Amino acid sequence: MSTSSAAVATSVTAAAGAAAPPRSTRRRSKLRKRLELALLLGPASILFVGFVFMPLIAAAYYSLFDWNGFGPLTDFVGIDNYTRALGDPLFQGAIGHNLFIVVASLIVQLPLSIALALLLNGKIRGRTGLRLLVFTPYVLSEAVTAVIWLSLLQPHGVVDGLLENAGLGGLVQLWLADQNVVMFTLFAVVTWKYIGFGIILFLAGLQGVPEELREAAAIDGASPWQTTRLIVVPLLGPTIRIWIFLSIIGSLQLFDLVWIMTLGGPAGASTTMASYLIDRGFRRYEFGFGSAVAIILFIFCFVFALVYQRFALRRDTQGALTGRVE
Amino acid sequence: MMNTRTMRKYVAVGAAAAMSLAALTACSSNGESADGTTTLTFWHNGTADPILSIWQDAVDEYEAQNENITIDVVPIQNEDFATKIPLALSSDNPPDIYFNQGGGLLATQVQSGQVADITELTSDWIGDLGAAAGNWSVDGVQYGIPYASQVVGFWYRTDLFEEAGITATPTTLAELSAAVDKLKAAGIAPIAVGGKDRWPDAFYYNTFAVRECGEDVLKQGLADADLSDPCFTRAGQAVIDFIATEPFQDGFNGTPAQQGAGSSAGLVANGEAAMELQGTWDKSVMQGLTDTDLNPLLGWFPFPAVEGGAGDPSATLGGGDGFSCTQEHAAECADFLEFLSSDEIQTKLVESQVVAIPVKEAASAAITDPVIKSVYDFNSEAAYVQTYFDIALPTGVGSALNDAVANLFAGQGTAESVAEAVAAAK
Repeated sequence: MSTSSAAVATSVTAAAGAAAPPRSTRRRSKLRKRLELALLLGPASILFVGFVFMPLIAAAYYSLFDWNGFGPLTDFVGIDNYTRALGDPLFQGAIGHNLFIVVASLIVQLPLSIALALLLNGKIRGRTGLRLLVFTPYVLSEAVTAVIWLSLLQPHGVVDGLLENAGLGGLVQLWLADQNVVMFTLFAVVTWKYIGFGIILFLAGLQGVPEELREAAAIDGASPWQTTRLIVVPLLGPTIRIWIFLSIIGSLQLFDLVWIMTLGGPAGASTTMASYLIDRGFRRYEFGFGSAVAIILFIFCFVFALVYQRFALRRDTQGALTGRVE
Repeated sequence: MMNTRTMRKYVAVGAAAAMSLAALTACSSNGESADGTTTLTFWHNGTADPILSIWQDAVDEYEAQNENITIDVVPIQNEDFATKIPLALSSDNPPDIYFNQGGGLLATQVQSGQVADITELTSDWIGDLGAAAGNWSVDGVQYGIPYASQVVGFWYRTDLFEEAGITATPTTLAELSAAVDKLKAAGIAPIAVGGKDRWPDAFYYNTFAVRECGEDVLKQGLADADLSDPCFTRAGQAVIDFIATEPFQDGFNGTPAQQGAGSSAGLVANGEAAMELQGTWDKSVMQGLTDTDLNPLLGWFPFPAVEGGAGDPSATLGGGDGFSCTQEHAAECADFLEFLSSDEIQTKLVESQVVAIPVKEAASAAITDPVIKSVYDFNSEAAYVQTYFDIALPTGVGSALNDAVANLFAGQGTAESVAEAVAAAK
């Protein structure tokens, strides 16, 4: 599929080349193109450089100093902040917690959202209402989600009450206070919040699966399960790949929920890389060290994004990101 | 030649670019407007009534008296201050007046160069505030003004104590344990603690250290951020032993301190736990979390004596609340702080029970509640008041101490681990 679209792109370029206008017009149109590019990309570039690129450079610079955020940067420590961070068991734990969310999301949320999307794609009564319902949690901000679940998960709170009334009192846990349970609790809340996004994404993907293919498969005697497994899911490939990308990046940056629900506790049992960074930077006034943690987090995400783009997303984005336009 | 449509497009894009640049630069206004009025920004942590209205009324009154001053009041949730202040102080536009607890925290903030020296500006009247103002000076320079002193002790529910058959407030650790057992037997959560926020956990370690260590050892240890004296180890062990008696509510490591009915303050306010070791301010926090009138239901007693400890049993953990000024409008800020320190506003704070220990002695005449009076007298008669360790120490070290104590509450660490964490963070 992607190969053919690349071929189309090439032929379009060739066609444009063949119909090239005379030289003078061409020069003017070149100037105009540059002007257009400058004007259209200018504001965005300024914002990007000002709010993404410069802070990144600044953080990289701060990360080489022992600095409490006030006064001049004088105490140069080289990569000491990095070695300290990577050697801190609490930070190692935080990386582990992020990876737990990454892996658990892939194992639980991916199949679940595909299954629910397939269900909601079928002709069932109240489909629109149901679609709306599953998407609702995604509309809430993470802060609101966190506050809601924080109240629900209080000891002897709503969740405990529901479980007890359902005769499942034995399942009641100290959801946010037990070090062995807290990450699972947070993962459940993350899933509740983001499952709707996955479902909507896959529902959109399913609209791109031609009805004829299913019909043909049905005529050839394929069972619904075979149709789903061998035709629908493979054709969802690009959507799945982009979902995985977004999910992993989101999991690596998990912060709001954790900060509001547990502050990374108890005893660091739910600390993530981002909550560790805020805790060290802002609560302990270790801005140099915090910057080093921020850079580590950035490298994590950046390297993952590059590798994933290069190997997994390449086929999907060919022509859009990697192909040459001229 | 460009046609009109393209032209229009360029103009539109150019305008959009100019506007976004303007929006970027518009952020940096600094309070002086053309008509000669000065706008001050005022950050305080009184997010709930009655203190919210007291500050707002004070501002309204001050503005009425000073026509050229406008004060922009920004109430900020207490726990958010920790993250907002360093950012604000490293920006070009910090608040002009902001909440501050003095001590090592203030000393750390002074390093930003943004906190104003108000020694001269307050010299005429600061003497009226007594010793309390000392905690807001760093190396002899005054960087802030307190409006209240605080001591840490046990707030308790008299009705629940009665229900559990406890006749007298505990004066020794053994009596406290006996009270805890009786409450448990009566099916009442004995003590609420806001373990999620960590600093309430640290109150236990700090208070045990005040009981275990002599005054000189304690002061020296905190001044040097060196808690290697054996008395600090004994304090660590005392915390571990105390937690082992299971005196706290279910899931205390996930409980916030003062936000909502599920917080430790909320649990006591709503009669779901019997006691809480907290600062004097806690009574007004609790009252904000329930509709029941807590006046007849709340009592107070100091942290019990610890047998064999070198500390004076009348010494206590505490601190104070106040405000600091930043450079740009230091004079206006100091003038406003003088206004806030007036007998009238101090009396209002006392009457509303937001403040139990006013910094102006005159205001103490307004104390009518016998419980508050006992807190006030306890503070007056205390051998000394040790500032909360996290505030007394430089900020990084103080947070490390809180974290280490919170770990003890989560069952991790040893009697030495707090001292070790402090040494590592120094």
